[in-house]
This record gives sequence, structure tokens and C-alpha cells, in this order.
Amino acid sequence: MAISLKLNGKTHEVEAEPGTPLLWVIRDELKLTGTKFGCGVASCGACTVHMNGEPVRSCQTYIEDVEDAEITTIEKMEEDKVGAAVQQAWLELDVVQCGYCQSGQIMNAVGLLRENAKPTAEEIDDYMYGNACRCATYQRIRAGVQRAAKILEA
Amino acid sequence: MTAHLSRRGFLKSAAAAGAALYIGANAKGVMAAASSADAALNPFVKIGADGRAIALIKHVEFGQGPATGLTTLIAEELGVTMDQITYEFAPSDPQVYNNLLFGPFQGTGGSTAMANSWMQYRNAGAAAREMLISAAAKEWGVDAASLDIVDGMVTGGGNSASMGDFVAAAAEMDVPAEPRLRDASEWKLIGNDATRRLDSPIKVNGQAQFAMDVHLDNQMVVMIKRTPQKGGVVASFDDSAAKDVKGFIMAQALPTKHGVAVYAENTWAAMQARNAIEVEWDNSAAESRSSAEIKDEIMAALDAEPTYNVNKADRAAVKAAVDGAATVLEKTFYFPLLAHAPMEPLNCTIEQTAEGKIVLHDGAQMPTGPHMAYQQIFELPADKIEINSMLAGGSFGRRATPDADYQVEAGLAFIMTDRSRPVKLVWDREDDIRSGYYRPAVGHKVRVGLDENGTIIGWDHQVAGQSIMKGTAFEAMAVHEGIDHSTVEGIADSPYTIPGQSLGLTDTKKATSVLWWRSVGHTHTAYVMEVMMDLAAKAAGQDPVDFRLSYLTGGGEADRKAAVLKLAAEKAGWGNAPAGHTQGIAVHKSFGSYVAEVVEISGNNDDGIVIEKVTAAVDCGIAVNPDTVRAQIEGGIGYGIGHAMRDQITLDGGAVEQSNFPDYEPLRISDIKEIETHIIASAEAPTGIGEPGTPPSAPALANAIAALTDDSQLIAELPMAEAGVYFA
Ligand code: FES
Ligand code: FES
Repeated sequence: MAISLKLNGKTHEVEAEPGTPLLWVIRDELKLTGTKFGCGVASCGACTVHMNGEPVRSCQTYIEDVEDAEITTIEKMEEDKVGAAVQQAWLELDVVQCGYCQSGQIMNAVGLLRENAKPTAEEIDDYMYGNACRCATYQRIRAGVQRAAKILEA
Repeated sequence: MTAHLSRRGFLKSAAAAGAALYIGANAKGVMAAASSADAALNPFVKIGADGRAIALIKHVEFGQGPATGLTTLIAEELGVTMDQITYEFAPSDPQVYNNLLFGPFQGTGGSTAMANSWMQYRNAGAAAREMLISAAAKEWGVDAASLDIVDGMVTGGGNSASMGDFVAAAAEMDVPAEPRLRDASEWKLIGNDATRRLDSPIKVNGQAQFAMDVHLDNQMVVMIKRTPQKGGVVASFDDSAAKDVKGFIMAQALPTKHGVAVYAENTWAAMQARNAIEVEWDNSAAESRSSAEIKDEIMAALDAEPTYNVNKADRAAVKAAVDGAATVLEKTFYFPLLAHAPMEPLNCTIEQTAEGKIVLHDGAQMPTGPHMAYQQIFELPADKIEINSMLAGGSFGRRATPDADYQVEAGLAFIMTDRSRPVKLVWDREDDIRSGYYRPAVGHKVRVGLDENGTIIGWDHQVAGQSIMKGTAFEAMAVHEGIDHSTVEGIADSPYTIPGQSLGLTDTKKATSVLWWRSVGHTHTAYVMEVMMDLAAKAAGQDPVDFRLSYLTGGGEADRKAAVLKLAAEKAGWGNAPAGHTQGIAVHKSFGSYVAEVVEISGNNDDGIVIEKVTAAVDCGIAVNPDTVRAQIEGGIGYGIGHAMRDQITLDGGAVEQSNFPDYEPLRISDIKEIETHIIASAEAPTGIGEPGTPPSAPALANAIAALTDDSQLIAELPMAEAGVYFA
């Protein structure tokens, strides 16, 4: 089926079978590779993108369900106030190791900070629970979210 | 243009007048012969006329930090800031870019990236500095000794100019045989806590390119339909249903018959088509046992006389001493198979160029492995094969199989085509969990005898499990007199002075493919040593820290081990845990480094145990990038604790029962509330850091749980959740 996909502020005409996960349209068709494949079953968060501003797992979001939505990926976060703050915090604290999970971590962290400007450690743990990091950078992720909250407060 | 080969083997050439200064290593004559302007010179550092430097990184970057670390060494010696230098990954070249601890083999493993590069990269940077200074001294007519390079400027005696001004003249000079290395007192970058990772910016904005992100023009995606039972082969297959999948191209059995290669236009089509293919397997030679059988075999081996007497002790005498001791502690441990599950599933992309070269795009941990394998598969000389080393999304050992498993799979899938289209091989998480190479299942049985003063007088230690090294290309290097050292490392070579210790080893039949897994044998040996030390301390009525210290009296490495133990205890407030908190401690030496960890828990085993804090102390020699050292300790702790809590790979009739993260549950952010790492100041050469954080983590947690519950049976078999530990 032909679909108009609104992604990062542009409309793309894409051809995809119904049931195709948004993840594979973003990666294989639009060749935006910042969004990652980790599990394909909504249990790692590496594929997190924003749908109308809220984090969703693109491996479990189907192309036919996003036609009227605004999709945003990591590639657009520099232009987002919260996104840029999270990126800055991540750089200050050198959160990343291998980095493969970090697009998803950042997309999810932005979702959290939009909902809750000053999350406690426990609130961060709850919200970020589904984003796995096999390098176990978790304590820097926690500190990074809190640092980003401070940057945004200033 | 000429290239001069110096006594020490450093080689340099300039691409064109004023263009660049390259400093590389001796290629045993090969490179010296190619001394023209377009020669394929493989350097460690390139310096342009614009004064910018590039470090060539011979190790894979999968998070452990060599891109920043090796660049730091060059920048320090050369005299530039971290903003004036960048890095590139080196091509595959086992002569120039070999791991100096592996022989003529380029590869990353055993936490050796910094240890083997420490002098090599500093020497390269220092040689470049001396040559640029000589060129400037000549031009200015001043004494070279009066000059230095500071922030990229050749400076001294009232002169100052960009080092880029001198690259052309420097490239005409001989490389100094023994360049002066900067004294530690001059260091601005080595040990500087303000240094940030050079790969952070591209990893926070989605620009980082992992092998999984390769999209070559006209590429096909290949996924392999694999046998559920390792060792099974394809008898026949039916791809008629796959033909209904849009984007499906074709399916063919691999020449090895270990699976069916499914070719498609994109990843999703490959997944769909693979699901639609029916395969008839011939499992007559496949693994058919279940985990229970494998465990029974290991446990039975622990009770028999071992095949190998590892430390040549008089076991009968040790046993007699233990039997006659005032107190005898006996404990049997079991460790299950474990998958590595790096975040980026395995993948690589292969293409043939118009000139007939084979190019592999890969997060290659051991480039020499696929490089050699491809010479056979494609019947090509080494120089017709290129490996483009890319960022890898984790590995923990998995990307370094002795048989280059996934790269060979891609090669075989490619050779079955007309090679007009690149082939990208993609594994999904199910492939990764079910068809992996696993940390072997291992059992230990230990009997310790204490005299009436609580002093150890005998320690009989038996180990049984699958050898990682036997039957691989690494056997000659790692197996001696039949003993695979990687199964027993961390016991007999422990810095503890334990009187009357015997160590026996029996290899059991391979259950499936096994492989090194972050910290290799130390994953289980540290656990057993440190849990037994705690049990012995308790039986002796002594504090676990004091008890351990009384066996760390040999000086040298025992002193270093004692120092981290004391520092971790001090920083954790050992013995003064807040009300409701319980601590456990462990200390271990691995990969040349010493790490002690205190795990503090709260709660109880009915309502759930919470890991409140882990306090670590590490001595890894000079910490080149201290923040990377801390990050690796944090990650090593998470990796060790997460698996010990709840992960295992089990087999049913030879087939792996787990399939993806829901049943091989990773450590989550809420599992450990806080980690604090303290680094011992050291003037020793750097040692490993990627792995040493892992070994003490699980036993420190186990010792805390045993102290809380007073039930050491809860921690004798892993994972703990399976043995009855309830984590909140
Ligand atoms: S790939 Fe979507 S949650 Fe893991
Ligand atoms: S940084 Fe490697 S998986 Fe998170």
C-alpha cells in the first residue's frame, strides 16, 4: 500500500505492505539509521521514536497506523529543546558506551521530561524500565535525565 | 617520495610535499618495499599540513573506549589537545595492526587494547613530535632541545608555528629510534578526568554508523533459517509459501547445510520470508541432550578423580588434611550456559568491487579471523580482501569466534550468488539467543578444612565443564598438557596464599558451541573463590575483610589486591551499613587488574531484595581515561550482576528454550540503585579494564545475600532467582 508518512517535519510517500513495522520503513526505506533494531518484540526500546510527541516502540507500530501521525526520530532531536538538553547532558556525563541503545534511551528520556520536568530517581527508573542497555550505562542514564532537567530549568 | 625504515621499525612517508606526515609500523619488509607516494602505508598517526592529526585505531570500539584511549596516547606525546585530533578505524592488517599480545593477529579481547598499545602508540606520537621539532629547529636555526609542541604549535626560544608547517620537511627525516617519551609529570591528557569520549557526539544524535546501518546500493538482506538443535543439517526445505512475501528473492541451503539462506530486498521481507519457509532437519548428529543431563554429567565429574591435576599438588595429602581438619566446609556450585546478547544483533555486509576485491563491512572484533577465512572461501590472496571496521554495538566476546562464524555465513551466502549484489547478513534477537556461542556450563566442588584457630589448612578444588579453547585455532596457545587454562584461571594463580590447595579439572562433552564471555573463566572461578572465602571467614568467626587480608601476605600482587580490598571496604563504610542494609564483599584479579566490590542490599527474601549500592575499587595501573575506567567498572558490574540474578540458557532435547529478551531478561535500570568507583593512583603500565569489573560483582552480591538470609544454599547455583532468591 502507498502511505504518506509525516516524519521529522517532511512528508514521505512510501510503499509498504500493511503490517510492516514503522522501524523497517524508517531504517530500510528512508535510510534513517539512528533508530535501532534490538529485539523486535517491544522489550528493549532501541527502536523508540516519537509519535505525536510521545515515545512509541517502532518495532511494534505498524505502518497503517501512523498515516495521520507526526513521527520524530533521533535525527531531529538537536532541534528540540528537550532533546538538545538531553543530548547535552549525555555528552557532559559521557553516558554512552557502545551507543547502540542510546538513540532509544534519549527518545524515551525526552518523553519522560516532557511529562515530568523534575523526575525523581524512582520515577526515572519506572519510566526508563523498558529501555535495555546491555552495556549497563544505567546509572549515567539516571544522572543524565536529572542533569537534563537542570539544564532545562536554567 | 621515499620512506625510511629506522632501526626500531617505525616507517614514515609523506604523500606529497607539504601534505602529510604518516608514522606507521614495520611490516616486516613488506611496507619498506612500497616506498612510493601512493604506497599503502598503514600508519598509527597521520598529521596534515593543516596541523590536524588523526589516530588510527587498531582495536574495535564497542564501548570499552579504545577510540578515545589510543587517541589520548598519540595526542599526549605529540602535544595536541583532544580537539586537534580525531580517530579512524584501522584497516585489517595482521602485520602492522596486530595485537602485540596475540602474535600476527589483529584482534581485541582479554581486555588488552590499552595494555598492548600503551608503548606502541606513545612511541608513534613521540616520534612524530621529535621529527616535527627537528624540522622546525633546522628551519629556525635553533637547538631542537629548546623546542616542544604545545597545543599543536611548535614553540620555544621566541619561535612559534603550527606543527602542520613542518610535516613536509619532517617526512624527509629518519624516524628516531628511541623517541623521548614525555615524563608523567608533563602529562596533560593521560589521567585527565576532563577528557570526554570522542565517540559520544555521534552516539547521541543518531549519526554513529554501526555495521547494522550499512545500506549499499542494490544490496540484498539475507537471514538464515537455522536448526533449533546445534549440529543438525538441512535434509530438505520448501519455500513455496515464501514466494507470496513481497520482496522475497530466493532461498538456498548453505553449503555447510547448517541452515537455509533466505535472500530478500529488505530486512522485513527477509524476516517474513524466513518465517514462511519449512525445513526438514536431519538431527542425527545434532545435540539432543537437555540441560538436566548436561548438569548431571558435570556434577558426576566433580565426584570422580579429575582428568588433570592442574597445580600438581599432592591431592591425597590435601584431602587428608581437609578430612582431619577441625572444621570442614563443603560446597558444590553450578553455573549455567549464558548468552552474550550484545545490543546490536550480529550482522555484516559483503560486496565485490569492480576490481574483484571482496569488501566486508563489519564491527569486526578480530579482523584477521574473517580475513583468513575469506582467503579460503573466495580463493583470493590477502590483499584482495578488505575489511571495513565499523562501530560495534557491544560484543562481550560474541563478535570474536575462532571460526568467524557469522562472517563465514555471510561469505557462504554471498558465494552462492552471482556477486552482482552486495549481501547484508542480519541476525535477529532470536538467532542471537538460540544459535549463539555460550559461556560454558561449569561445576565446582570445593572442600576447605580449617584448624581450631580458623586457619585454612587444606583446600581441595575440583572443576568440571566444557573447554572453550579445545578444538579451536587457539588451542595451541591456550591449552597446555591438556589443561585449558581459561577454565581454571583465577584459582591456582590467585594472589591469595592458600596453604595446601589442590586443583583438579575434568573436561565434559561440549553441549553446544561455547565461547569466552566477558571475563571468561573468571565468571565462575571468582565466584567460587570469593563465596568460599566468605564461608571460611564465617566459620572462623572472623570479619570477611580481615580474613582475606590474612591470605594476602605475599607482597607484590597480593599487596595490590589487598589495597583495593581495603579501599573498597573503607569507601563503602564496611561494617557500618545503614540500618536494614547488609553488605557483601569480593575481590579478584583478572586481566592484570585488581578489583574489589562491596554490594549493599536491603529488604528480605520474602518481600524482595533490593541492590542499594555497589562500591568498587580498582587498580588497573595508570588510568589513561579515568572516566572510561569508571564506566567500564559500572558496566562490568551490571553485566555480572544481571546474569547472576536471573539469566540462563537451557536446552530441551538439544534445542535452546529461550528466544529473546522476555525470557533472557537483561539487567534493567531499576536493578542497581547506585554504583561508585574509586581508582587507585598508580605508576604501573595500564592493564585490562573491559572485563575486570565483572568477576567480583556476582560473588559480592552472593555474599550479601548469604549474610542477609544465613542460607548459602541460595547462592550455590546460578541464576539466583532460579535458586530461590527473590529480587524486588
Ligand atoms: S526493537 Fe523495538 S523494543 Fe526492541
Ligand atoms: S550503550 Fe551499549 S547497549 Fe547501551
